[in-house]
Amino acid sequence: MANYTEDDLAKELKDQEYKFGFVSDIDTDTIPIGLNEDIVRLISSKKEEPQWMLDYRLNALAIWSTMNEPSWAHVKYKKPDFQSIAYYSAPKQTKKYESWDDVDPEMKATMTKLGISMEEQQRLTGVAVDFVMDSVSVATSFKEKLGELGIIFCSFSDAVQNHPELVKKYMGSVVPTQDNYYATLNAAVFTDGSFCYIPKGVRCPMELSTYFRINAGGTGQFERTLVIADEGSYVSYLEGCTAPQRDENQLHAAVVELIALENAEIKYSTVQNWYPGDKNGLGGIFNFVTKRGVCEKNAKISWTQVETGSAVTWKYPSCILKGDNSVGEFYSVAVTNNYQQADTGTKMIHLGKNTKSTIISKGISAGKSQNSYRGLVQIHKNAHNARNFSQCDSLLMSSECGAHTFPYIECKNSSAKIEHEATTSKIGEDQLFYCKQRGISEEKAIGLIVNGYCKEVLNQLPMEFAVEAQKLLTISLEGSVG
Amino acid sequence: MITIKDLHASIEGKPILKGLNLTVKAGEIHAIMGPNGAGKSTLASVLAGREEYEITQGDVNFNGVDLLPLSVEERAREGLFLAFQYPVEIPGVSNINFLRTALNEIREHKGEKGISAKDFMSLVREKSALVELDSKLASRSVNEGFSGGEKKRNEIFQMAMLNPILSILDETDSGLDIDALRIVANGVNQLKTDQNATIIITHYQRLLDYIIPDFVHVLYDGKIVKSGGKDLALELEEKGYDWIKNNTPN
Ligand SMILES: Nc1ncnc2c1ncn2[C@@H]1O[C@H](COP(=O)(O)OP(=O)(O)OP(=O)(O)O)[C@@H](O)[C@H]1O
Ligand SMILES: [Mg+2]
Repeated sequence: MANYTEDDLAKELKDQEYKFGFVSDIDTDTIPIGLNEDIVRLISSKKEEPQWMLDYRLNALAIWSTMNEPSWAHVKYKKPDFQSIAYYSAPKQTKKYESWDDVDPEMKATMTKLGISMEEQQRLTGVAVDFVMDSVSVATSFKEKLGELGIIFCSFSDAVQNHPELVKKYMGSVVPTQDNYYATLNAAVFTDGSFCYIPKGVRCPMELSTYFRINAGGTGQFERTLVIADEGSYVSYLEGCTAPQRDENQLHAAVVELIALENAEIKYSTVQNWYPGDKNGLGGIFNFVTKRGVCEKNAKISWTQVETGSAVTWKYPSCILKGDNSVGEFYSVAVTNNYQQADTGTKMIHLGKNTKSTIISKGISAGKSQNSYRGLVQIHKNAHNARNFSQCDSLLMSSECGAHTFPYIECKNSSAKIEHEATTSKIGEDQLFYCKQRGISEEKAIGLIVNGYCKEVLNQLPMEFAVEAQKLLTISLEGSVG
Repeated sequence: MITIKDLHASIEGKPILKGLNLTVKAGEIHAIMGPNGAGKSTLASVLAGREEYEITQGDVNFNGVDLLPLSVEERAREGLFLAFQYPVEIPGVSNINFLRTALNEIREHKGEKGISAKDFMSLVREKSALVELDSKLASRSVNEGFSGGEKKRNEIFQMAMLNPILSILDETDSGLDIDALRIVANGVNQLKTDQNATIIITHYQRLLDYIIPDFVHVLYDGKIVKSGGKDLALELEEKGYDWIKNNTPN
């Protein structure tokens, strides 16, 4: 940072501005800033929650107030002031949307700007979309069609009202209230999120998808996602995120819990594109997320993530391979540019026999960013014949960025097989020259090379998402070779 | 087609090309020979526009345009093609995707519409047959895991696909077995028209048995020091470069 020159600045000014950096002019109902018991009660009453939910929140708040913010990740940032955040902000609409036509036109316009085009998605791709803006879920499509199969796909608040037995049983079962600082905070103040239940033996016929967006200034977003795949069922769930451009840092502290019961499979894909801050590191989202899944016997959970956004990312989607023969997979592309910092990776906890995990992590660092992979593979003593394969590759786009790999292995069973491969490479001037000599522009060349480098991960994404992810990768790295 | 006048280029302050002159007309094939380190690849890189080289003097006219101010990709789109001495691997990017991107950039530059998937695939079939390139190679990642000879063949396949007006082949023959050499030469001959031209950089007169050059030049110490017909290659083979070195005033 010390040798930052005018030239660097000029180079960076050429960078693509954040494309989703608009603020929607929607009336919001935002509660006073700060965090205390009254605020938690207020959130709960705004959402007309039952007593058990309020108790859950208050317990979390009590635990949180005794905790300290972790400081071990390879990231540096100004700690958020938790008393200056508004913990609830909802588009001002009293009634619930029953159909797509009821949705506020301004909000629809927002979605169009986001490039989501719900109508088109509904029609053309058959993707059911749940859209969470600020804190409340605004529209869930395809509910009826899914209902016929017994699939529940709704906002978390709706689930609290309509399916309390499922929420009570599974909420906090994978990420307990006291799990970590941000998860505990989330448990106290979460405002909405998505809920999904696939009944026994049902193969969900379409991708289920949620878009999250932080819109109002000075707010935090704390959503919870709970996906339960009952025995022998299958679901593919997608999540996309954006936020407007603001000079302040905004906090996103989500919790995602996945439960794959016997013989079930959950495929969970995220394309995360929160506002990363400007070229000087001002503003941007702090993304502190706890994502974890548990696999019962013969079950499989597969996480795929493409991360291009956020000022600071701290995130380790994990699998607890509890049942015998269960399988965990983690495919990740994390891009950092300018002053972004990412500390991301996975934890694979092998408890059952013959459990298998695969980790493919592709880090891309540009500008002055710092990109760290932190992974833990833990083989417990009863996990006979457990296997893990990890591959962590780093691609450097400039000479001022950093890539770091922290693989941790804890093995308590000698029959385990663990393989780890890691590479670091710099984007080749030779590759760029080769592409350009064939007539390909630098921008497109970078897009090609980077997408080629990430191919193993992108291949895991559903088609429409893969296309979007490719575009995002290209946009977030434009003009970044140097 | 291309006129190179008094070209001087250096890298890291070290002069490599020292006043090179060369004129190639449409419909011609020129061979450039010369000892290791003479500057042959440098000439190819400089013409292609590689940024590491500093042009200190001279100019190049390519098909009526001033070549030197153009960017690498602009030169390529104007129809200049370089078959690399060491083709580069691009993992995860299929040859097909790579070529389609390139072809469309060139077409866009010419104000033409992008090629349809169907037309593109039939072009791939036609051109890969020309260089007898296994169709599996066409869909594999660009040069990744290709054998040395396959890489060279892939260069000629790309040349056939992009249909350039000036091709510079930098030691495309090295590392080829006898059959591959014949196939590559055959491909080059078939692609030859009276509208395009080829510059072949080679160490071996053997290639020139298959591709008959109109002119042979000897590049030595950054300059063309001798030019002649195809017999010059034979003479060189017989006498070695000492013959040139001893006859070159320093
Ligand atoms: N990046 C570089 N830095 C310094 N010197 C260089 C660089 N690239 C090339 N050279 C030098 O330039 C000279 C010409 O190299 P060039 O590759 O053009 O030779 P060539 O005629 O193609 O040789 P060969 O027959 O071995 O392929 C050599 O002395 C080489 O060492
Ligand atoms: Mg050479």
